[in-house]
Amino acid sequence: MLYRTAGQFKTSYKKDQALFPVRQDATLLALILGLAWIVFPFMASEFAFQTLLIPVLVYSLAALGLNILTGFAGQLSLGTGAFMGVGAYACYKMITIFPEMNLIVAVLLSGFFSSIVGVAFGLPSLRIKGFYLAIATLAAQFFLVWMFEKVGWLYNYSNTGAIQVPNIDMFGVAVAGPLASSVTKYYFVLFIVTVVTVVMINLTRGTQGRIWKATRDMDIAAELIGINLLKSKLTAFAVSSYVVGVSGALFVFLWRGAAEPNLFDISLSFRVLFIAIIGGLGSIMGNFLGAILIVALPVVLNILPELFGIEIASATVEHLNIMIIGSLIIFFLIIEPHGLARLWALIREKLIIWPFPH
Amino acid sequence: MNDMTHDGYVTEDGRQIGGVMMEMKNITLRFGGVVAIKDISFDIREGEIRAIIGPNGAGKSSMLNVISGFYTPSEGEVWYQGATRPMMKPYEIARQGVARTFQNIALFEGMTVLDNVMTGRLTKMKSGLLSQAMWWGKAQAEEIVNREQVEKVIDFLEIQNIRKTPVGRLPYGLKKRVELARALAAEPKLLLLDEPMAGMNVEEKEDMSRFILDVNDEFGTTIALIEHDMGVVMDLSDRVVVMDYGKKIGDGTPEEVRNNQDVIDAYLGVAH
Ligand SMILES: Nc1ncnc2c1ncn2[C@@H]1O[C@H](COP(=O)(O)OP(=O)(O)OP(=O)(O)O)[C@@H](O)[C@H]1O
Ligand SMILES: [Mg+2]
Repeated sequence: MLYRTAGQFKTSYKKDQALFPVRQDATLLALILGLAWIVFPFMASEFAFQTLLIPVLVYSLAALGLNILTGFAGQLSLGTGAFMGVGAYACYKMITIFPEMNLIVAVLLSGFFSSIVGVAFGLPSLRIKGFYLAIATLAAQFFLVWMFEKVGWLYNYSNTGAIQVPNIDMFGVAVAGPLASSVTKYYFVLFIVTVVTVVMINLTRGTQGRIWKATRDMDIAAELIGINLLKSKLTAFAVSSYVVGVSGALFVFLWRGAAEPNLFDISLSFRVLFIAIIGGLGSIMGNFLGAILIVALPVVLNILPELFGIEIASATVEHLNIMIIGSLIIFFLIIEPHGLARLWALIREKLIIWPFPH
Repeated sequence: MNDMTHDGYVTEDGRQIGGVMMEMKNITLRFGGVVAIKDISFDIREGEIRAIIGPNGAGKSSMLNVISGFYTPSEGEVWYQGATRPMMKPYEIARQGVARTFQNIALFEGMTVLDNVMTGRLTKMKSGLLSQAMWWGKAQAEEIVNREQVEKVIDFLEIQNIRKTPVGRLPYGLKKRVELARALAAEPKLLLLDEPMAGMNVEEKEDMSRFILDVNDEFGTTIALIEHDMGVVMDLSDRVVVMDYGKKIGDGTPEEVRNNQDVIDAYLGVAH
């Protein structure tokens, strides 16, 4: 009875196209937003902010960016880590050149730099597909990380070759750098992630979403019904890389505090790809579910044995983590390519008709 | 042919057919050594139902692909609405009012029926990315106006009850119908149907025939279709082009074509 939809009739197309045609979905979302905006910040410990809340948000955003390209438009990319790097370095350069710049503006502008780079590397996508496109994005991955190492201008010629987030104030409050508190950083990230997610929901539920999905599902038919494939794919690269770039700026400025080039290497790309796959390709919500799972799993694996008084070596926990993620990837790739989001959809469908399945 | 004039003609059932909408002039299409179409010319007139028939491998689908711009002819010209059509991308041709269905269904399997049909209206959607991102004003208004059009098509083809079903779950016959819906949603001037009834049972074929006639009748849409079932072709079409081994071997009313010796030979498999 939890998800009864009886009596909820749509009287106009406008209502039918509303984000939440089913009332319970809206309630659930309100609950989640309430938790994220009000409850968590009050309850969370320093540890929870740094190991759970902030990373979940940052990774969700990165996976959302990748999902636009791969899940919605059907173009595989293995360069997400490097594109996050482009966003991070762009933000770093802007902040060090214009120290007075508002950090929200800087973070949102960073995305445009990764967007341009993304479009440049997306240009071959009209000619090459699937595996070969993945290889091309892999080339971008290695080339960009190499740039982060070699071009001294990017890290302001620091001795370590790393970038260090300075103290940044907004309206007199420290929002980034060593002086900023975790709760401020959390709210900063939450704000950006909420805004970008809403925009992405809008983009994917209307015309542009249909263009991308048509390109993904059957490109020949898409072109014959009037879709300009090159434009569709390049828009996907642009929007996707934008979001990924913003997530990269948040990754360094609001979470890690510093970054070396190898932070953006291929393992970061895979981590984000795994989140998107486990969460569900072609889903917005899935990215959050996937990120929660990937971020929380090692934390839970560390804490659980302690609770039961069992001693496990940290190396074992590490291996356990990798094994579980590996099996989840295989499970979702083979059995449920639409990931956790689909599992939720199935449960929801069951709840709608429960307890009268006919 | 009855009352054939320069400007058109009147069909047996009394419909007025207009002037030439599309003309294929000496079209040849080669794939490497294979000649799929050899020097074929014919025209399609405003408002008529034009059939293309012929044995397997005759080059019918290739011809439809030339019309929809998916293949560029090796030789020859395509005239559309009074002018030669320059080299164009298929999506540009679609925007000139040509829509089609495919011999092997080409729907977007990951989307619902409604979304699939909505893609048919993409050429009419003009709101920018920014407006869509905000879901404000123009984007939302456009979404609703186009949804209304799409709902008309959905009602017309009687697929209301599967609106929200993912296309991948539908049986074959319904998929064919959804594909027609997607093409109709574009409000095409010229509708190309590649074997719209292949693989259907008798009842489904009757439904589909009725839909095709209704589309032509109610919207005045010009239709070119490929079909193997001779009975259907004779019932539906105003004029028929017959192809065999890439060549045109007949062209005329169903009656004329049926009595054409070359056509009879081709269908009975007389040695060439
Ligand atoms: N893309 C292609 N590359 C090479 N040869 C092709 C291609 N498309 C079609 N052909 C060849 O052109 C010829 C005509 O094919 P086409 O598909 O047009 O026939 P058809 O009349 O539609 O046949 P059917 O009734 O089986 O659908 C065939 O010999 C086919 O093998
Ligand atoms: Mg064919």
